[in-house]
Amino acid sequence: MAEFTLPANSIVKKGKSFPAPDGAKRTRRFKVYRWDPDNDENPRMDTYEVDLDTCGPMVLDGLIKIKNEIDSTVTFRRSCREGICGSCAMNINGTNTLACIKGIGETKGEVTIYPLPHMPVIKDLVPDLTQFYAQYASIEPWMRTQTPHSGDRERLQSKEDRARLDGLYECILCACCSTSCPSYWWNSERYLGPAVLLQAYRWIADSRDEYTGERLDALEDPFRLYRCHTIMNCTKTCPKNLNPAKAIAQIKKLLVTRSL
Amino acid sequence: MIFRTPLARARGLGSAKSGTHHWWLQRLTAVALVPLSLWLVASLIVLASADHGTVIAWLSSPVAAVLMSALIVAVFYHGQLGLQVVLEDYVHAQWLKLTGIVLMKLVALLLAAVCLFAVLRIAFGN
Repeated sequence: MAEFTLPANSIVKKGKSFPAPDGAKRTRRFKVYRWDPDNDENPRMDTYEVDLDTCGPMVLDGLIKIKNEIDSTVTFRRSCREGICGSCAMNINGTNTLACIKGIGETKGEVTIYPLPHMPVIKDLVPDLTQFYAQYASIEPWMRTQTPHSGDRERLQSKEDRARLDGLYECILCACCSTSCPSYWWNSERYLGPAVLLQAYRWIADSRDEYTGERLDALEDPFRLYRCHTIMNCTKTCPKNLNPAKAIAQIKKLLVTRSL
Repeated sequence: MIFRTPLARARGLGSAKSGTHHWWLQRLTAVALVPLSLWLVASLIVLASADHGTVIAWLSSPVAAVLMSALIVAVFYHGQLGLQVVLEDYVHAQWLKLTGIVLMKLVALLLAAVCLFAVLRIAFGN
């Protein structure tokens, strides 16, 4: 059954407050989810007042400033700071996005930051994505062929065939879409989720791949694929403006096509 | 303690290689229900103030009896497909899910049979 009674440590308490430094003129309040696996305390929301005049423009800049200057215990993932690595995916003001390409100026009032929803939390804003990555590995995200590959030339592809990968290859696997999907929340053990299904379609759509049928076989399952109920949260939240819902619809269309 | 690798968990029991039929029939019955539902609503509006005899006479006509039968089949088939999805989504205890789906399908079948019997009885008289 869906769990209606939540575990005791799911109740988020009010945390510490860190006021703005004296003389700060333009400040913004950041509320950050904190949870430490090393003690038995409940999660809490800490409040930091950040001086925007000495802070970079993005939410990630705010977090880095908090970690550098206010509270070094705040834990989060970040790397490229330009929206290509997918490390800093988190829930900012109720929407999953990348902190590094979300401008503080785009938000109004307090900036409330939680880790990606419905994933086990390792610490603070760091979710455990082990199962998400294993699901990605399970779709065999590499080119599979039977025709022996000639070592001295490329696998050729027309411009039109290459264009079919546009809107798919840009996915950086940040997990914003999958963790925004209610179906993935309830059934992530068996439902692959929008990110992995978009990636699966990326290989189905690849003109050079020869295992299209096997790939469709592997997806044709009431849980792996058909838990998608076209809720569209995935497309709404994607920080790269991709359309996982459309990729999933294409897979469903191909499955009907091959049976009619 | 779980010692299975994450990939073993993700691959699980493998693909059921089914689900497309379910998905396709849910769409097909949904499309069929658009004109059938409109027809039912329009008929009920026209018959709103009719007496018992008039309604019986209307339902005995071949067109009304056939469309009503089609509506009953589509409604219950579509309904049980949808309820199956709801149970699969939210019920995670395997025994409860299986029992729920079986019971729900049997009830849908029974209700459809009752409705069809009623229509046929009216259409073909006592």
